[in-house]
Amino acid sequence: MSSEQFMNEAISPWLKENGPDSDIVMSTRIRLARNFEQSPFPLIADEETLEGVLYFMEKEFSHRSYLQYKDLEFVRMSELNSLEKQVLVEKHLISPHLADKSRYGAALISQNEQVSIMVNEEDHIRAQLYFPGFQLEEALDQAFQIDDWLEEKINYAFNEDRGYLTCCPTNVGTGLRASVMMHLPALALTRKINRMIPAINQLGLVVRGIYGEGSEALGNIFQISNQVTLGRAEEDIIEDLKGVVEKLIEHERYARRLIMEQSGIELEDRVFRSYGILQHSRIIESKETAKCLSDVQLGIDLGFITNISKSILNELVVLTQPAFLQQYAKKTLTPNERDIFRASLIRERFSLEEKEED
Amino acid sequence: MDCQECKQNPATVHFTQVINGEKTEVRVCQQCAKEKGYVPQDDDVYSLHHLLSGLFNPKTAVHHPSPQTEEDLKCHHCGMTYQQFTKIGKFGCASCYETFSDHLNPLFRKVHSGNTVHEGRAPKRRGSDVYSRKKLRDLKVKLQEAIADEAFEHAAEIRDEIKLVEQELHHDEERDDT
Repeated sequence: MSSEQFMNEAISPWLKENGPDSDIVMSTRIRLARNFEQSPFPLIADEETLEGVLYFMEKEFSHRSYLQYKDLEFVRMSELNSLEKQVLVEKHLISPHLADKSRYGAALISQNEQVSIMVNEEDHIRAQLYFPGFQLEEALDQAFQIDDWLEEKINYAFNEDRGYLTCCPTNVGTGLRASVMMHLPALALTRKINRMIPAINQLGLVVRGIYGEGSEALGNIFQISNQVTLGRAEEDIIEDLKGVVEKLIEHERYARRLIMEQSGIELEDRVFRSYGILQHSRIIESKETAKCLSDVQLGIDLGFITNISKSILNELVVLTQPAFLQQYAKKTLTPNERDIFRASLIRERFSLEEKEED
Repeated sequence: MDCQECKQNPATVHFTQVINGEKTEVRVCQQCAKEKGYVPQDDDVYSLHHLLSGLFNPKTAVHHPSPQTEEDLKCHHCGMTYQQFTKIGKFGCASCYETFSDHLNPLFRKVHSGNTVHEGRAPKRRGSDVYSRKKLRDLKVKLQEAIADEAFEHAAEIRDEIKLVEQELHHDEERDDT
């Protein structure tokens, strides 16, 4: 099966590049929700309609290329087992909704995994685009181009007053959700982030954990995105989000400096203890893994640790998720077996880094 | 004390059950209490839907325009009724937006910080003139701003651009007629 390529590597090709402000911003995502004008939304559409949408999208876009997004692979959800779907969720290539709830769901994924166009999710089309680091404007510009490209073939549901029409009233208008994934260990350590979140919410932005709605901020990774989609132009939405993210970056850098000045040795101790745990433990849960990875990443960013590649957090956060672990082990594992396998995988990964150093 | 069901977790839910007049003490953990249905499953209680559908419960609305008409509202395209819409908080198809149009503003205002009208991109292809009209509206706003700022040279440029777009629109209409 050709979707296998997306299952084998934890880190998507585009994530290997270091984007701007990559010491704090892990990635930028733009998502556009669109629907076919004539078809009922997937929520209530009959099988024939949904199959029609699938067929159309496959016929028009499968194995096409656009810009640097080469050879879109059409991946039908019905052809994947639940573990494989979960792997794609953990890599953020598809949403949990597409994996679990959609009927006749599919995704068109580019070779570099930067673009994923979900079909028959909550809306007929959910096009999402990732950029490494902090690149909101670039991502929006490319997303617009992809939108235009799709629109050459599709009559979008649109109305002059309400904009792009979506299944859920929370997406209507621009259909745009822009989000920025941030690693904020110093703000979390000093508990400043708890005081900042309510203020961010008041600006019409949402703060979530790494796997979206309702998820915990594992490993001090926070996702900031816009809530309002109606009545604000895309550029303005991006501008607001950008302003808040810039402030967060500034505060995080300041908090890091402050900790370094006031308790540098304690911080260094914390970093190296976590490094030690990752290098030597035999059983490790995902929560502890996330915490230690966050510490080590901070250690790399602050220069305590120099012999490890900078994208380790991006990579290991995905690699150590339950589904990916099992995909890697090529069998289902009990939670306890997973913790053991996770520990050995991390040890392996770190010793690989050290060898490269020699 | 351990849970009487699973005998593993500490019992945190304590209550007295009366069945046919017979009293029994129940001491279970949170997990078993949920599985046995002693307490509600909290899964979806606070999901976005529920919150959303709560936003437009007609009973809590300050003024309710004759409930008769609301109940009768039904999308001709997908068959979704207004009542169903308020229950699940999602639209069935693009036409629902037209059908329920008169009732949507309060909802949109709550969800989108007071906004009810779209700003931003419009489809190029289909919209034929949707796109141009949107552009025209934006340009006219800009023209007013330029005049207010007394930036007359800039205003003249915008005015020329407006003329161009208007000509395009007019041209399209003529072509459509033939």
